[in-house]
Amino acid sequence: MYDVAIIGGGVIGSMLARQLSKYSLKICVLEKENDIAMGASKANSGIVHGGFDPEPNTLKARLNTVGVEKLFAVAKELNAPIKRNGSIVCAFGEDEEHAIKELYNRGIKNNIPGMELLSGDEARKLEPALSDKVTLVLRATNAGIICPYELTIAAMGNAMDNGAELIRCFKVETIEKADDCFTITSQKGKTVKAKYIANCAGAYSDEISALAGDNSFKIIPRAGEYMLLDKAAGSLVSHTIFQVPSKEGKGILVSPTVDGNLLTGPTAGVVNSPSNTETTAQGLKIVERLAKKSVPSVNFRQVITSFSGVRSSEKNGDFIIKMSDVTKNLLNVAAIDSPGLTCSVAIADYAIEALEKSGLKLTPKANYNPNRPDPHHFRKMTDDEKDAFIKKNPDYGRIICRCEGVSEGEIRAAVTTNPKALDIDSVKRRTRSGMGRCQGGFCMPYVMQIISEETGIPMEEITKKGEGSNQLIGRI
Amino acid sequence: MDIKNFDIVVVGGGPAGMAAAVAAYDSGITSVAIIDREPSLGGILRQCIHNGFGLHKLGKELTGPEYAAVYETEVAKRSIMVYYETMVTSVSADKTVTATNKNGILKIKAKAVILAMGCRERSRGALNISGTRPAGIYSAGTAQKLMNCEGFAVGKTAVILGSGDIGLIMARRMSLEGAKVEAVCELMPYSGGLTRNIVQCLEDFDIPLYLSTTVAEIHGKDRIEGVTIAKVDENRNIIEETKRYIPCDTLLLSVGLIPENELTMGAGITMDNVTNGAVVDQYRQTEQSGIFACGNVLQVHDLVDYVSDEAEIAGKSAAKYVKNQLEAGNTVKTVAGNGVRYVLPQKVDIKSSEDVSLFMRVTAPFGKVRFTAKSGDTLLATAVRLKAAPGEMEKITIKAEKLREITTEITLSLEEL
Repeated sequence: MYDVAIIGGGVIGSMLARQLSKYSLKICVLEKENDIAMGASKANSGIVHGGFDPEPNTLKARLNTVGVEKLFAVAKELNAPIKRNGSIVCAFGEDEEHAIKELYNRGIKNNIPGMELLSGDEARKLEPALSDKVTLVLRATNAGIICPYELTIAAMGNAMDNGAELIRCFKVETIEKADDCFTITSQKGKTVKAKYIANCAGAYSDEISALAGDNSFKIIPRAGEYMLLDKAAGSLVSHTIFQVPSKEGKGILVSPTVDGNLLTGPTAGVVNSPSNTETTAQGLKIVERLAKKSVPSVNFRQVITSFSGVRSSEKNGDFIIKMSDVTKNLLNVAAIDSPGLTCSVAIADYAIEALEKSGLKLTPKANYNPNRPDPHHFRKMTDDEKDAFIKKNPDYGRIICRCEGVSEGEIRAAVTTNPKALDIDSVKRRTRSGMGRCQGGFCMPYVMQIISEETGIPMEEITKKGEGSNQLIGRI
Repeated sequence: MDIKNFDIVVVGGGPAGMAAAVAAYDSGITSVAIIDREPSLGGILRQCIHNGFGLHKLGKELTGPEYAAVYETEVAKRSIMVYYETMVTSVSADKTVTATNKNGILKIKAKAVILAMGCRERSRGALNISGTRPAGIYSAGTAQKLMNCEGFAVGKTAVILGSGDIGLIMARRMSLEGAKVEAVCELMPYSGGLTRNIVQCLEDFDIPLYLSTTVAEIHGKDRIEGVTIAKVDENRNIIEETKRYIPCDTLLLSVGLIPENELTMGAGITMDNVTNGAVVDQYRQTEQSGIFACGNVLQVHDLVDYVSDEAEIAGKSAAKYVKNQLEAGNTVKTVAGNGVRYVLPQKVDIKSSEDVSLFMRVTAPFGKVRFTAKSGDTLLATAVRLKAAPGEMEKITIKAEKLREITTEITLSLEEL
């Protein structure tokens, strides 16, 4: 029996597993997909928010304020790419200037360091590509950018290295409780028993809570569509450029990514189902129009891919992180929309406090290792270092993904390192193979071969992203 | 680190690289290396198992691998060094080529470099088709490689977007392997492919070609289940009421080729926004002295035969450069005039003692036309064609003696007859 079964391998579930793996506990993460970070954690803005936006005295405000530095610290331990590039919120005219000043005051109440108000001209000195029509900006120097799926993968990898188990393709169908023990059964009939459940199921967290007997909240799935541009556009801006936020979200942003691309988006529309991650012609047009409002020179001919992610919102607008009032030993960590990624470490720690208060015994593990080896050590080497490394590890000398310069050695490592990549998209998220301008046109057959060699999965059964997404239908 | 010296380094061992290396060698430069990322030479020809190669250049009809073998044999006859499974990661302006393979990092100092990296296909992402992101969407060339080189079937029911030659060839190929090709959709009101491919690959197999039509949406969560296709208006906007659903398990994209110029740009070489290749003179020398480019990395060709021709020019010129026989010359620009989308070379050395051929593509399909090359009011050359199409490259040759009459830029234009 597990002490804690975490349902959902998104950034929240994975970070909770990582923070819990510091203690002598038997932990598992149940993930319905073939890889982790398959929901909102792979499709969001990747922003470390400064913390001036949440209403003071909410859980969001409180966790954002402490969460920024916690995230920077943990990302460093995990070798997850993160960068403090600062953010700018733009006002276009008087009405929005008022809103910006309000944000600034909220930031003061939330105790956010490093904020300043700058005129349009001062802002354009920092960001020459900014629109002439920007009249005032709020700059937050503590804000940053992070790769959300790499953080998730790193957190889970570190949790696994410290003893946590990842159970994939486990779609929870029923949850039964008897004698302080949950029995969780998957769609395929596998069962897991646990003393505590941590419900981190994202857009499905209301369904999971209901399965465990608690119907107290309802998730409203809201989709955000994005367009990602080529690295050639990656240095157009250095800060993350926001517009004035509204109830629906923080508006359309234009931001560099930690990988050097340029990201634009997201839209904000309620969708019928959390699994609806379709992009729409209409949505992509909105992204283009509004991104150009802040930064007119964004060249949408440089788009290399577009995608959509679903936020998990709730009517009260705040995170729900608490032990269920109805079902004993059920912890709900739900309604984690923005700034959830920023708060992920703070959320995990806050959730652990709740578990401890309800009786979970936390005994620190003597051999806990907070660090995860850098999966990108090779790409950071000089030519001389690479040469020496290749002489010992020849696979690193063969480039598989020409656009991103990813070697065979890096791909083999992704397929054999916790949490192992078992499909094409999983390799992509770990190595960037297939993420460049040709979008896998060249490397995909080689990536399939390597996965097949390392795992023994026949070529025909290798999938793009789990069951049903086979790329090949058989031999000729 | 392995440091080597060669007179000429050729980046890429496809049809362009092989022909350039052989031509350079035969021009008297015997210190020549080809660097290729694959375990054998031939490049994309290795997966083109259909015929139709070599009619112009070799006077016989060959398959892709056969055409490649002709040049591979020529390379093997000469003491040309070939680095296999080696990827060039950078070319510097001072002609140092850095590459990596399983032995480590290799740096080659060259007197001249010939860029012959070929091209890649545009991806779905670049098209921004809305909908889901399932498995079963391939660029036509990736599907071709999986089928022809690895022996795998990619799908049973396909829709192909784009009527470029690879898309047309793959429509036939999939049909031959028992798949049903439901439609080939072309955004433009005309096909970008060769007429012979439309006849032999679509008409002979009863595959419908829908012009002014695109894929508006992609459906299916895990594997693609269907696409919505729609007509587009003259501004290429989707006409909503023409949308219709076609079930399919495969979508092949053949929506254009992009020269693979990351190395070129990394060397700081001036690019042409229309061809997406380097700016060159008639010797195929880029604006970086001693760095040459040829084949699909320079401009996307219709036929491999013309790639070989162009590569021979680059190979001979690079050899002359190494021997200090390539004069800097006195160059004028070439300009695309009425009805012409681009002209290559972009510059002409008017002191040359040899005829200069200018290659171009037209902006739209035309009937009978006359091409003229003029410098100011001076008529340099003229050619009449019964028809002209963007899918077929045109050529016009200026005689050497005419070069002496050039005073200002050369404009190429067409008039409809």
